[in-house]
Amino acid sequence: MKIPLAWHQLFHEKMRLLAAIAGIAFADVLIFMQLGFKNALFDSAISIPKSLQGDIFILSNQTDTFVNPTPFAARRLYQIMGKEDVEKISSLYIDVSLWKNPETRDTRQVYVMGFNPVFNVVDLEGVSDNLDIIKRPDVFIFDRKSRPEFGPITDWFLEGKTVKTEVGNRKIEIGGLFSLGSSFGADGTIISSDLNFFRLYPNRSKGLIDVGIIQLKPGVDANQMATLIREELAAGGDVQVFTKEELINYELNYWQTSTNIGFIFGLGTAMGFVVGTVIVYQILYTDVSDHLPEYATLKAIGYGDNYLLGVVFQEALLLALIGFLPSFGLGIILYSNTTKATGLALIMTAGRALTVLTMTVVMCCISGAIAVGRLRAADPADIF
Amino acid sequence: MTTFLDPVQIGAPPNVNDPMVVMQGVNHFFGKGNLRKQILFEIDLTLNKGEVVILKGPSGSGKTTLLTLMGGLRSAQTGSLKVFGQELVEAKKTQLIKIRRHVGYIFQAHNLLESLTARQNVQMAVELHNHYNSQQAKQKAIAMLESVGLGDHIDYHPHNLSGGQKQRVAIARALVSHPKMILADEPTAALDSKSGHDVVELMRTLAREQGSTILIVTHDNRILDVADRIIELEDGRLC
Repeated sequence: MKIPLAWHQLFHEKMRLLAAIAGIAFADVLIFMQLGFKNALFDSAISIPKSLQGDIFILSNQTDTFVNPTPFAARRLYQIMGKEDVEKISSLYIDVSLWKNPETRDTRQVYVMGFNPVFNVVDLEGVSDNLDIIKRPDVFIFDRKSRPEFGPITDWFLEGKTVKTEVGNRKIEIGGLFSLGSSFGADGTIISSDLNFFRLYPNRSKGLIDVGIIQLKPGVDANQMATLIREELAAGGDVQVFTKEELINYELNYWQTSTNIGFIFGLGTAMGFVVGTVIVYQILYTDVSDHLPEYATLKAIGYGDNYLLGVVFQEALLLALIGFLPSFGLGIILYSNTTKATGLALIMTAGRALTVLTMTVVMCCISGAIAVGRLRAADPADIF
Repeated sequence: MTTFLDPVQIGAPPNVNDPMVVMQGVNHFFGKGNLRKQILFEIDLTLNKGEVVILKGPSGSGKTTLLTLMGGLRSAQTGSLKVFGQELVEAKKTQLIKIRRHVGYIFQAHNLLESLTARQNVQMAVELHNHYNSQQAKQKAIAMLESVGLGDHIDYHPHNLSGGQKQRVAIARALVSHPKMILADEPTAALDSKSGHDVVELMRTLAREQGSTILIVTHDNRILDVADRIIELEDGRLC
């Protein structure tokens, strides 16, 4: 094996190497966090449509997002009930209300969902176990991943205390816990039966629902059925029909196009990339500049330009790899801490690690490509 | 003496009939247009095999330019310049690089790679020649350092060596691949008179053993005694 000059050049100056690793790791952590936030926000935004148990869904024409749905006439759903391939229909009621923190008496907006507990339509951990409990009057179940501002509900409940508070103008009791997580629309969520839901909103018409959920008989094609239902309900012009996949994409599309989230975090990612490129460029440029006479000597004894280009690019790649490793570790730690602090689920996936590693390599190669320009100055004839 | 050195040429006198460098009517210019300035005028010069030649002259007389032309570090412009029988006027870059591999350079500054040990610095020169595996290359580098008297410093980095020791590593690097010609530009400039003379003496001894031609550019009068021939350059002309 030939002497790995790139390796020696990098590791000879420990402080500079350390600065380079710190710089790249910083840039990578920045990118990891931006990508993590973006995906966590989008994931959290679609967590409710994702959890719904059904094949076909009906929303009001005016509903853009689950955060703030517009109710529509339940009649529209009943119209479908008679169809041969329909197994079951269910209604989901969604609204917001004011939650009083039972410890500090501060109020906070809470996201409220209600459905007929005879059949569970929300597939979230803890909901199906508590279907009997939410049949009791004014008993709700509480999202254990809600923000801490809602009070120490989970702790109190697990300690066996009776947790009572006010929502809107009504006294309620927490009878169980489920797991959802906070999102844009909701810092905290409570779920109960449709009857308890309407007790919170006495002025709300019982003939209006927010989401119509249709379950089909086994073996029925949801896409075909959705087309049929769409045609059937088109005359009214007041509702839209989705399959589950379409529903998730509809919600995701809202957050991607109607908000700046994608742009903001995309910009953050690009900034991390640029910062990393500049840092690596700086390191490589300094390395070449500091060693110009030595590189020129190598040319004088017969090494070609390609050899020196190779050295610079090897240094760039080595920097990319050893700078990525600490950022990967830091990323995992920061993800888990951020998840604890915000309730947003930031998860280190292999795909994302690979994306960032690829970006790091590209970043270092761009820097290398700019820095090799400096090698032209390493002309043995001019230096001696 | 170590066995890798070519034993044939030890102490052999210069061979007048085997020229390494033949220059005829070489002119060299720097700059373009109005700023074009002639540095070398009609240089006719022959260096024979095994000869030690000192080239002296005042600063700015064109000594270094002449040396870089002969070593293929700079493209020759006019006249005829043959190195090892190959014409370098209008030669391609790859040809120049090939020539460089048969020339050993020793510079005023040692220009050793600070990140490599003495042995690795020398080995870099061996690795240019593909016919050695890494073990052989390593052995050659160590043997060469032993013959410049640095056998117990092979794993030192340059910053732990004295000026004279660094210059000896540079000599080992220049000589390790048995170059046909050694070009030294002010090799003693950074050294005191004792180590300066030692270094030049060492260069000459080793080059003699290998049968290499040596051209030393210097204005250090203390080392003139090592030369077979002294030539002088003034204002770009040989005198």
